Amino acid sequence: MKKSISLTLKVWRQAGSTEKGSFETYAVKDISTDMSFLEMLDVLNEDLTREGKPPIAFDHDCREGICGMCGAVVNGRPHGPEKGTTLCQLHMRHFSDNDELVIEPWRSRAFPVVKDLVVDRSPLERIIIAGGYISVNTGSAPEANSLPVPQEAAEKAMDAAACIGCGACVAACPNGSAMLFTSAKISHLALLPQGRPEAARRAIGMVQEMDRLGFGNCSNITECQVECPKEVSISNIARLNREFMKAWLAADEK
Amino acid sequence: MELEAKIPKGPLPEKWDRHRFELKLVNPANKRKFDIIVVGTGLAGGSASAALAELGYNVKTFCIQDSPRRAHSIAAQGGINAAKNYTNEGDSIWRLFYDTVKGGDFRAREANVYRLAQISNAIIDHCTAQGVPFAREYGGLLANRSFGGAQVARTFYARGQTGQQLLLGAYSAMMRQVAAGRVRMFPRREMLDLVVVDGRARGIVVRSLLTGEMETHLGHAVVLATGGYGNVYFLSTNAMSSNVTAAFRCYKRGAFFANPCFTQIHPTCIPVHGTYQSKLTLMSESLRNDGRVWVPLQAGDRRRPGDIPESERDYYLERRYPSFGNLVPRDVASRAAKAMCDAGKGVGETGLAVYLDFKDAIARDGRAVIEKKYGNLFQMYEKITGEDPYETPMMIYPAVHYTMGGLWVDYNLMSTVDGLFVLGEANFSDHGANRLGASALMQGLADGYFIIPYTIGGYLATASLESLSETHPAVQEAKAASVQRIHALLSVNGRRTVDDFHRELGRIMWDYCGMSRNNSGLEKARERIRILRGEFWENVKVPEGNETLNQSLERAGRVADFLEFAELMIIDALARQESCGGHFNEAYQTPDNEALRDDAQFCHVAAWEYQGDDREPAFHKEPLVFENVALAQRSYK
Repeated sequence: MKKSISLTLKVWRQAGSTEKGSFETYAVKDISTDMSFLEMLDVLNEDLTREGKPPIAFDHDCREGICGMCGAVVNGRPHGPEKGTTLCQLHMRHFSDNDELVIEPWRSRAFPVVKDLVVDRSPLERIIIAGGYISVNTGSAPEANSLPVPQEAAEKAMDAAACIGCGACVAACPNGSAMLFTSAKISHLALLPQGRPEAARRAIGMVQEMDRLGFGNCSNITECQVECPKEVSISNIARLNREFMKAWLAADEK
Repeated sequence: MELEAKIPKGPLPEKWDRHRFELKLVNPANKRKFDIIVVGTGLAGGSASAALAELGYNVKTFCIQDSPRRAHSIAAQGGINAAKNYTNEGDSIWRLFYDTVKGGDFRAREANVYRLAQISNAIIDHCTAQGVPFAREYGGLLANRSFGGAQVARTFYARGQTGQQLLLGAYSAMMRQVAAGRVRMFPRREMLDLVVVDGRARGIVVRSLLTGEMETHLGHAVVLATGGYGNVYFLSTNAMSSNVTAAFRCYKRGAFFANPCFTQIHPTCIPVHGTYQSKLTLMSESLRNDGRVWVPLQAGDRRRPGDIPESERDYYLERRYPSFGNLVPRDVASRAAKAMCDAGKGVGETGLAVYLDFKDAIARDGRAVIEKKYGNLFQMYEKITGEDPYETPMMIYPAVHYTMGGLWVDYNLMSTVDGLFVLGEANFSDHGANRLGASALMQGLADGYFIIPYTIGGYLATASLESLSETHPAVQEAKAASVQRIHALLSVNGRRTVDDFHRELGRIMWDYCGMSRNNSGLEKARERIRILRGEFWENVKVPEGNETLNQSLERAGRVADFLEFAELMIIDALARQESCGGHFNEAYQTPDNEALRDDAQFCHVAAWEYQGDDREPAFHKEPLVFENVALAQRSYK
């Protein structure tokens, strides 16, 4: 395999949320195939800075695929073409010499563009505030082993809890739905006995908030599951629907 | 001036109980009258925000990322220690305490470490109740694994994502308080200064990273939980935005900086592979439970690992440290790896790597078991290197990971500035000269959930704090200084990029103040840092302006502080003429090349006081008194 490649990048540039954006074309040369995608953008940004041009703004932090800060749509796919991979963990060895890459921010009504590839994902936080927790005050917990949890339930809860809150599911969904994100949190907590006392309230609260924030509906297109860098399964959406239905049918007040 | 750590009287196991009784309380109805500022939302800041708000305080919390859930605690992989003794191996609070003091090479405060061990069990209880999906046995009870520096399995874990799950626990607890209106969250803010009025911390200056607006936020106490300074080395396992600025600004406002030269180089990271590289990636220490570290017996053996027969491999950790084997503490494992590579036995393209081999574990337990324990780590390794660690051994090399040094705090976690409390990695208190694996998560959460809620009350109940307005001269001065600094960074308009300076600084620090140090190298580094700093302020190029999301400007401010702070690390390293834990001065070693302490001269915390930009910092000493453990040469043989 060739150790370095050259690429043509078409990058969405937008100076601010109220400005009009457009694609700019950049040629990058001698990109080592061991580089990560973000390191490739770093190289371009260093060049732009030296030329006195504004570098491309993009969110990133841990660069090891866990903080959920990074993300862009590459050739139409959130976090790029590799399955189960965040943009920061996508390496250039998966591209070929002279490839053309179109790089855009998450596109969703609920996520306004802040600048270039940076979007405002605070609506996801609003969904968590609406009930994504177990109400336990510090100091009041019983001994940890006093409540056994079947291993299978703990493992399934962990599968859902692996969500990094990056928003790729929303960007992937033609409806702009946040069902995968919301269902991951609802499932994580509903699967554990500690989360049961508030399960009904949580399901109703989080789903209503999600609807209120302008996310679209889920119509089982399943793009979210394909693009999720942590491979969170849509079976969580089925569980959310069950939890929500149960809660709704039994609820005293809605 | 000798520092007063305010360690409570009485026998070690009774100190914390006694202290909690002696601390004055704030009446529940009065708590809502106090505003507390928390900076940082990792395990320490997130848990502190939640716990303080639960008590009824008004909390304003700040973070640099777009969401508090992204703080770098999230990247901690392996686990969190506690003295539960679920494995029936004879663990106890005393043993966790002893292992931590010894692991820290006897440079931590006994009383703090004992309290940490005491609190450890309550952390597991609380996090389990929050819904943290810890690994479990088939019977439904919690599972444990082993970490370095301990001979018992006391580490609780959630696959290789323990930090993420604990952080999401703290984050959700904090979001519950946001819903309750007791925490107000300010994301995408960077703290640039501390507001000190009449000798007390009363607020902060933050820059909005979206608009460039300089804001002041005032309160009755400031809780700093802004993490470590490992990024002074440019390449580290820290997140890109981890930095020293907030802590360093507090240092300049009178908070002493303790043991800045104590940095942890983690033995199991993916080796460096190119000049463009932006960060290094940790492979959790938990891998050393099952992975065996080795190099070829003969220097210069370039055969592929599979072609090297057992008889020609040197499992050097197992050979040198038979009782701890692959699970020696991090400083010991890192130096051993460096020694092998220095002797020409390193592997891989650069010769700066050793093997971490799972062949025997896979043969013994089967691939499925290994996959369940470490699957996400193996996958991450494969993504980065393009090699499959199930088939070929991992290649690893030490990398900067954690900083034991930090702002000096007393037993109440209060700095030398009254009202400024410092938690988690940002303080210096519990890990001495070397932190043991799975102890950072424990400390961050102990500080936030179970210490600050009590000690801050003791302060607020006794301090008489007048109301303060934005127009106070001290507030205006701090704000103006921050505005001026941004202006200065933007007006240099030179030719070199911020990253270019940062990379050069990192290289100097890694070469001369890294895994092994010597006096002439440290002197040389100090000179080169000064020159580089001079050039920075004449030749740095920061594009765009202040009133926009300007990531280059953010980095410029952080690198400017690293360029000053690096010199403080060197000063501290030169002052400590001994070797201990992560601080290894080549002049002081045992015949077996282990760190050789000088307890007669250096059994103390070195705390540095800022005296002005052109003056040497003043040295202050907190003697470390060991009443309960005997000082000894650490041995992991």
